[in-house]
Amino acid sequence: MNAPRLLLSKPWIWSFVATITVWIITVLFTGGASSLGLSQAALTFAAFSVIVGIGQMFVITLGPGNIDLSVPATMTLSGTLALKLMDVQDSMIVVGLLLSVLLGTVLGIGNYALIKLLRIPPIIATLSMSFIVQSTAIWANRGLRIKPPEVLASFTTSSLFGIPNVAIVALALSAIAWLLLEKSIYGRWISAIGQSTFAARMTGIPVDGTRLVTYMLCAVLASICGYLLASFSGGAALNMGAEYLLMSIAVVVIGGTAVAGGNSNIPGIWGASLFMFLVVSMLNTYGFGAGFRLILTGLIIIAVILMAGGRQSTR
Amino acid sequence: MTFGAVKALDGVDLTIHAGECVGLVGHNGAGKSTIVNVINGSLTPHAGTVSYGGNAGQHGISVARANGIRCVFQELSLCPNLTVSENVRIMHGDLKGWNWRSRALALIKAQLKEIFPGHNIDCDSTIDDLSIAERQMVEIAISFAGIGQRPKLIILDEPTSSLDAGLAAQLMAYVRRFVAEGGSVLLISHILGEILSTSDRIVVMKDGRVVADRMAFEFNSRSLVEAMGSVVREREWQRSTAMKAGSPVLSMSPRRGHGLAFEAYRGEIVGLAGLGGHGQTEALLELYLSRNSNWWAARRRETAFVAGDRSLNGAFALWSILKNLSITSLGELSSRGMIDRGREDRLGEDWKKRIEIRTPDMQNRILSLSGGNQQKVLFARALATAAGIVLMDDPMRGVDVGTKQEVYEILRTEATSGRTFVWYSTEMDEIRLCDRVYVFREGAIVAELVGDDITEKHILAASFSEGKAA
Repeated sequence: MNAPRLLLSKPWIWSFVATITVWIITVLFTGGASSLGLSQAALTFAAFSVIVGIGQMFVITLGPGNIDLSVPATMTLSGTLALKLMDVQDSMIVVGLLLSVLLGTVLGIGNYALIKLLRIPPIIATLSMSFIVQSTAIWANRGLRIKPPEVLASFTTSSLFGIPNVAIVALALSAIAWLLLEKSIYGRWISAIGQSTFAARMTGIPVDGTRLVTYMLCAVLASICGYLLASFSGGAALNMGAEYLLMSIAVVVIGGTAVAGGNSNIPGIWGASLFMFLVVSMLNTYGFGAGFRLILTGLIIIAVILMAGGRQSTR
Repeated sequence: MTFGAVKALDGVDLTIHAGECVGLVGHNGAGKSTIVNVINGSLTPHAGTVSYGGNAGQHGISVARANGIRCVFQELSLCPNLTVSENVRIMHGDLKGWNWRSRALALIKAQLKEIFPGHNIDCDSTIDDLSIAERQMVEIAISFAGIGQRPKLIILDEPTSSLDAGLAAQLMAYVRRFVAEGGSVLLISHILGEILSTSDRIVVMKDGRVVADRMAFEFNSRSLVEAMGSVVREREWQRSTAMKAGSPVLSMSPRRGHGLAFEAYRGEIVGLAGLGGHGQTEALLELYLSRNSNWWAARRRETAFVAGDRSLNGAFALWSILKNLSITSLGELSSRGMIDRGREDRLGEDWKKRIEIRTPDMQNRILSLSGGNQQKVLFARALATAAGIVLMDDPMRGVDVGTKQEVYEILRTEATSGRTFVWYSTEMDEIRLCDRVYVFREGAIVAELVGDDITEKHILAASFSEGKAA
């Protein structure tokens, strides 16, 4: 098979096509002046969507019904507690990160405990978990906005060779996730479970163990994202995770991961995350009102999914 | 009724008369399912004609149905989330208007009773709750049922693949009654016994061509297999001599609190027999699940499982043949959790040769294979592991005679080298290949047969009556 056709058969290619198109349109409108700034901003904000999107993607790969709605609350609690623990001291940065990871692990276990022990569907289990977590965040935060340690704040807001540091972190995490998904036994397992849980069980895959790990992974990634986002934006806010609920799911779907499970890809998450940011900035540049902007965003997303979906079915 | 030459099938000329049962046999991929799809209108021939009742010209699914053609598919085609009577409504568009549910219910109840007297299927339950055998019974009954006008031609594609001997006999008897009343049946089956006993005429296909078309009494099972192009192998079956050596590798206390306990020894082929749906599958599942943790993977896999219902619990549809094959052996193909692609490819090539998976490339999707070849992949999946025990849940459904014999030989070789097989089969011929057989009845083991005692007579006797046989 020749290279262009091989490329066209990948479901994630469409999110990149859309991203590049939107980028060109926006840059053309501003006469080329904004190209560097726009790219950097896009990479920075896409990085946060990528981190939570990867976690959500692993969960969605597990098959119909699997979804983690506790992502925003986990981000908020992780940001809040980490900043509180670090208390503006640079020496505590690593400890804060460890706390985030630990928190994510615990919340992931909690999610799966609800799903498994109480036999609640994941959508309800993670939603109720998110109420508990969000309330804990409110109780811990008490309206105070704690600043991040100086070094951490400058790390998250600066760039290396023009590439934002958070984007580099997201890239590293993506590389690990790609290895897990494509090369490891674990990746095969989640794909098998997503296609048929019973068949996976009968080939000797430890289904419950794998699902538990996947929910933990998702929560840990959300925690790390919350930690970085809180540091980036100069403090944890109670609503900081809100937009990432739909974002985490949208980037998975636009990126070409099968919603029915079993089939997923990492590059698409990047394409979709960049696209989601660029669409909003493009419409902003053109000066549309907020309402009209949302309608257009919705229509553009539908168009991209239709294109990608149409390609897949004719394959 | 006349079916003319179909070019895609390379010159097939098939005529089915009213009041006739035509048996259609051939290897996996010989074109049997294709010809079925041409007859029922879902495929349009590129050249040649199909005519129903002498009227050529029109073609299509609705035309075929209007001409009284019904089809029972090999891969069951009921809607699992609907009840039995709702499925009846889907196939029978005439059931409309007020109170169609009770009319559908009456129709299916009467038909089931006619074909399978003494069945105990609850027609109000959803298809999900029925066993495979029961689903197949329902599908057959729906196809034979007719409101006002009876169907003229019924195509039965592997109708007995999940039915036990008793139910299969009931169905074949009904086919004869149906044909005697003037209907026609096209019967496709890999079980040569029922083809020979039920058909008036037998059509043999090979590589898209009809290679023989003669009256059934001119064939015997040997000449039939030869016509299909397989070398007939005499049953020179050597049962293993070293039986019950050492301690059992697998055991289970008596099920449902009565009957015999289950035990399997190293290097044995243990058969699970009895009528279909009497707890054999449940026993296999219990044996398997109790040995495989749901929370972490065992370092060494002890048991492997071969599923019988490949679309429901066997194949992973999104994956390539290779990934489907290697899924159980990943532990041995990887180091530190990362899969070694080179070793995986070698495993694939090795097994492709050993069991002759007919595909140009192991990277092709599993669904590109014919049903029998998919089943071979599932076999290879289990045999490729280092597991000492292989559990098989009626794995030969829809596999042709040639492949079956290849697999039987592999099983015997593997057993000789120390593997243990536990084999549930609905086919008497396969049960007879086992070293030792447990007969199931109502969920419990009621008899144990060893060696030459394994005969159809003894198994049937044990399946129907309480107490020990022979």
